[in-house]
Amino acid sequence: MNILVFVKRVPDTESRIRIRHETRSIVEDGLNFVASPYDEFAVEEALRLKEARGGTVRIVCVGREDAIPVLRKCLAMGADEAMLVRDDAAETYDGLRTARIIARAVERKFAGADLLLFGKQSVGADLSQVPAMTAELLGLPQANVVTKLEIGEDAGTALREVEGGTEKVVFSLPAVVSAQKGLNEPRYETLKGIMAAKKKEIPVVKLEDLGFGPAELASKVVITGLDVPLQRQAGKILQGDPAGTSRELIALLHSEAKVI
Amino acid sequence: MIAVFVEIREGKIKKSSLEALSEAKRRAPELGTDTAAVLVGAGLEGLASELGPHCPGKVFCLESPALADYSAQGYGRAICDLVRETKPTALFFAATAMGKDLAPRVAAGLGVGLASDCTKIAVKDGTFEFTRPIYAGKAILSFTLSSTPQIATLRPNVFPLEAQAAGGRAEVVKKSIEIPEGFIKGRVAEVLKEESAEIDVTEADVVISGGRGLKGPENFVLLRELAALIPRSAVGASRSAVDSGWIGHQHQVGQTGKTVSPNLYIAVGISGAIQHLAGMSSSKCIVAINKDPEAPIFKVADYGIVGDLFEVIPRLKDELKKVLAE
Repeated sequence: MNILVFVKRVPDTESRIRIRHETRSIVEDGLNFVASPYDEFAVEEALRLKEARGGTVRIVCVGREDAIPVLRKCLAMGADEAMLVRDDAAETYDGLRTARIIARAVERKFAGADLLLFGKQSVGADLSQVPAMTAELLGLPQANVVTKLEIGEDAGTALREVEGGTEKVVFSLPAVVSAQKGLNEPRYETLKGIMAAKKKEIPVVKLEDLGFGPAELASKVVITGLDVPLQRQAGKILQGDPAGTSRELIALLHSEAKVI
Repeated sequence: MIAVFVEIREGKIKKSSLEALSEAKRRAPELGTDTAAVLVGAGLEGLASELGPHCPGKVFCLESPALADYSAQGYGRAICDLVRETKPTALFFAATAMGKDLAPRVAAGLGVGLASDCTKIAVKDGTFEFTRPIYAGKAILSFTLSSTPQIATLRPNVFPLEAQAAGGRAEVVKKSIEIPEGFIKGRVAEVLKEESAEIDVTEADVVISGGRGLKGPENFVLLRELAALIPRSAVGASRSAVDSGWIGHQHQVGQTGKTVSPNLYIAVGISGAIQHLAGMSSSKCIVAINKDPEAPIFKVADYGIVGDLFEVIPRLKDELKKVLAE
């Protein structure tokens, strides 16, 4: 079983986001960067499949050189190989651009992959675009937002979350699958894993190596504004005996806020 | 033409799709264009006529026996074919589980950009400007797309539903779609309903969420009892409640859960970690119930009660019953 997992470097979920207005970008100073949490579920699932079935787990990240620590963490979890597709562009919020890079990398560097695993979205851009777009570009079936995955010889079954229920998706391999929380519990790196990961080479592939010309990857997303949301004003805080505050709250929700 | 994909679940038209259709109808005159609905599946006639009051224009029915079950590949191909033939200015989807699965497939098939999970759509200089939260709502991004058609998914529960036009009749345009044998390599084989008839937190008008303050899984029943009194309500949870195994992750609100914007959000025993606030701050009205007056949740709350939730919630229930009985 030849598995590829695609990961992205993002600020952790405890981060307070500040904006650099001149460049319409996020202020990165002081933020702690990690592998996007949903990507960790994808890495874990790949490792479990490999343990059950044999094969290789290779991790691919599209991003700047500073994403190497994220790849090394995945190696320390137990992945066999990692590769950085170096893209120095600032965040474009254009999922198709990323999907085109990934699809080309799969065709040129990873022909014969059985399974392409992703997180269901990156924590940050929150697009939920790249897995499905990659599947379309490569003509593969997809199962997104997956909470349970079973892979057979040449086909798989996935449970995916939908409003008020679960869909059972059946697909042939190769396929694209994106992970939702609940799929598994990602393992921690072991000391042995961390030591082994330090010794591994992480090859860096440039966009030119994938045959992309300079203008070919222009973003279709033209940013016109980036800001933090308006702060909500603190409201009426009721203190005192529970009977009185409860009565007052319901009265306020009914006659002032008119929400019940 | 602004084409709107209309999603069918269990034989019914999804409310979120009608919200997207309403927004298309509001924006279309600004671009001097009209609105059309797109249905995909098999045997769509009855549903198409149901759309009349919502979409007094064309309703495209893209039909094939191969499209009886949802598949991103099959539906995607049908919609791409329609776009190539009719050349719409824009194509809207609701940002539901299906919309998020399908819209990127269509955008990639057409080689165009996609505006995901929009919370605002404006027309500026003859083109759309899309606005969407990023970092689960910690920041707000506005942008235009330099490709046509302009494809967007619209967050459920954000865009107001327009009143139905009485006597509106849809002009049904049937198209049979050719799907080559073996083209669809993955499809939905079965839909497993959740046992409770609860609606999803992203679609609820009222969300009542519990956190660590509930002290254990058994106490979510307090919130469920309260929710049972309120129509279109759902029970949510903080990450710590979910990570403690007290409730399923599909209830989680926040940065690694769902982003919600109900009319009323009630946070019970939730301190208000930044990743939780990100997921619910766009709610129209926020209520916090917490025994710690310093809890960050009170900073975003419109109304709050400082007190022991185990004393407050039962009384709140009684008071609510009284008001509902009036």
